[in-house]
Amino acid sequence: MEQEYSRILEECRTTVEDPEYPAVHKWLSENPNGKVLGHFQVYFPEEIAHAAGMLPLKMMGFDSSVQVRKADAHIAAFVCSILRTTLEQGLSGRLDFLSMYVTTPICDAARHISGVWTRRFPDMSCQILYLPQNASSPHAAGYLLGEYRRIAGIIEEITGTSITDESLRASIELFNENRRLLRELYRIRRETPWQVGLTDSYLLMAAGGAMPRERHNELLGRALEIIRSRDHRPQDKLRVVFEGGYCEQPPIEMLSVLQDVAYVVDDDLMIGLRWLTEDVATSGDPMQNLASAYLEASSYSVVQRDPRKPKEAMLLARIKASRAEAAIVAAPKMCEPGLEEQVAYDAALVEAGFPHLIMEFEEKTANFEQARMEFETFAESLLFEFA
Amino acid sequence: MEPHNIAIRPALSQAGNSREASRSLISKWWERLGDADATATPVANTFVMGSLAEVLNTFDIPMMFPEIAALQTAIKGKSMDYLLAAEDIGYSPDICGYVKVDIGLHNTGREHPLGKYPKPSLVVSSNMCNTYIKWSEVWERQYGCPVFVLDLPGWRGTGFRYDMSSDTFKNDVAYVESQIRDLIDLAAEVSGRPFDIDKLREILGRVNRMSELYGAILATNKHRPAPFNALTEGINYMGIANILRGQPEGVEFMETALAELEERVAYGVGAIPDERFRLLLVGTACYTNFREFVGMFERWKGVFAASEYMSYAGGGIDRGIRYDLSRPIESLAEQILITAQPSMSGIFYSHDWQARVVEEYGLDGICFHGVKSCRTTSAGLPDSRDWLLNNASIPGLFIQSDLVDKRLWSEAQMRNRIDAFFESLESRRVQAGV
Repeated sequence: MEQEYSRILEECRTTVEDPEYPAVHKWLSENPNGKVLGHFQVYFPEEIAHAAGMLPLKMMGFDSSVQVRKADAHIAAFVCSILRTTLEQGLSGRLDFLSMYVTTPICDAARHISGVWTRRFPDMSCQILYLPQNASSPHAAGYLLGEYRRIAGIIEEITGTSITDESLRASIELFNENRRLLRELYRIRRETPWQVGLTDSYLLMAAGGAMPRERHNELLGRALEIIRSRDHRPQDKLRVVFEGGYCEQPPIEMLSVLQDVAYVVDDDLMIGLRWLTEDVATSGDPMQNLASAYLEASSYSVVQRDPRKPKEAMLLARIKASRAEAAIVAAPKMCEPGLEEQVAYDAALVEAGFPHLIMEFEEKTANFEQARMEFETFAESLLFEFA
Repeated sequence: MEPHNIAIRPALSQAGNSREASRSLISKWWERLGDADATATPVANTFVMGSLAEVLNTFDIPMMFPEIAALQTAIKGKSMDYLLAAEDIGYSPDICGYVKVDIGLHNTGREHPLGKYPKPSLVVSSNMCNTYIKWSEVWERQYGCPVFVLDLPGWRGTGFRYDMSSDTFKNDVAYVESQIRDLIDLAAEVSGRPFDIDKLREILGRVNRMSELYGAILATNKHRPAPFNALTEGINYMGIANILRGQPEGVEFMETALAELEERVAYGVGAIPDERFRLLLVGTACYTNFREFVGMFERWKGVFAASEYMSYAGGGIDRGIRYDLSRPIESLAEQILITAQPSMSGIFYSHDWQARVVEEYGLDGICFHGVKSCRTTSAGLPDSRDWLLNNASIPGLFIQSDLVDKRLWSEAQMRNRIDAFFESLESRRVQAGV
């Protein structure tokens, strides 16, 4: 069984790490007339694209496997790495298969990316999906429904396929299954983190953003069966929550260093894939259900304003639910919202008397000795404290 | 000796009027804000792009514009004191300097070089800049004041044009109008005053007039020589347009400024003597080294005849606001979407606007000044520059520093690049035989 697990993990690793997008090319070879929709972090309602037969592809950024050569000439020096690497992928032709590119206004630098893509890829539909930033407004749901319908209309034009209630319901069912599997993966992490490590969990999850969901459900479902059958013994490790992976992702090696010293029992890595926290209803108007779910049954991130979900309180709730003993509060380098929120998180955790480590990371970091030293020192200081 | 024909120009009767007026008005603005603590007057913190001054003024709620206050600390040579105070409590060197100056002010006794810095009782924020939202949350945590975020859907990308009969426009208007009504309720609660729709109507009427005058002011710079420098005097015009939006004094100021500029145009008086190069400034100025920054262009007889800042920082005032006074709230929602929002969205899809301004104002090139503090205005500048050079043959200079962080100012490097740019403009003229 573990051999099968290794094969699953290898497929996920290749899907996430290979900048040539092998899973997309495989899908295109099987669907020669298929269209691919790329969408930038954090959240996009992929069901809408799927319902029209498109393959949604989540832009994740890359580590040092992608050398930024062209993008630096198109964007100012003080923006984050994920904007550079994803733009580099576009400028180098690796994303030529995209028929549509969607960003959401998560930050000011990301809004510029839409302009840059519009200038550089004039034949591609580059859209901004304006997700509501007044999320607690009673009128936000109606507005968002209109915005989803607008995007759906563009998708229908590009694909020549109508998005019917039936096709959208079927897609929602598929993605509900995916969300159930991801919730199960995270339940295992919270309850028995020794059964699956952070890096495995990350790869198993993140692959969903870059391969057909049908295949992802298959792989993840089987991987979970194998994980549940394990009988690994727990080690004396600190239980920590990792916060800061909402957009740019830390390098896998950094996560590996972290899992060496602690059980990461919850995180916000690739939170967009888990943004909707419950199954989306399929009865009634499915588009309306998707819009409502975004606002009413969703996670949190530093790039969404929703006064009903104060971010410090949400982090503390995540910590409590996972019975964590400490938190790693990270932010990507040059990420303005993340760096600003770190101060508030820090203050809330200090007030709660909760141990935490504040740090920055960059997806392209290649040397992890400093991170290892920081994690180890932090963990050791707490092990002494808890002893 | 041959007799010289010397044309004696009469003294300009309007000279200096707008400068004096703006000094006086800004001083009064600070006095009013400074009195707020003592008189327990609720103050609203709001922002230059999408201030909703129309609503706040209806309730006589004084408005603090922290961006303006922050740039004033830089011009007064004090920004680093506050900025470092914010970094001392954990704020990163890599975030907006305006935010840090404001946080520093709030955490060091609220003593601004121009007056007492008030506590907010209400925050009116918007998604025009994402940092506005994060910034507002800082006050929300510190003072527990209500934060209203006006969510304005912007341009959606490729080929986007606002068709007022489209479902998208109707959907956006309904959303924005409902939010304005929410703000009216909130402002009534904070101020303790009832909503007076006739007062709103009067204010909207004055904004219409201010917008008309502001547009005329901008248009004076189509003349050669340009009667004002969009970088120096432009900041004054923009500042007053924001702090006195919809107020009688705001209208008077615009009339004064326009009269002064029309007189300069009539007598052929330029913002700088012997104007040789006319430029568009994209981005902002560097306020910590404002005079040096301006001087580096003026020594080449270069004037900023236009600036993108005078557009996006004015909440659409440059775009001909025309409120329909017979239906004030509905019209406010519509006009915000067709004036204020495009002035901001235009930053991201700026190339067409920039090319048009270069042509309309007869400009020689564009200075793209990226500032680390502001991703909103700066992140995509290298791409715009490259696109305009290669698609419209518009020469562009790309330089970087900051708004309020002196550590990011490198005078020698800045001067070298600016000098090289002007030399290339000279060379183009020689080649063109001009």
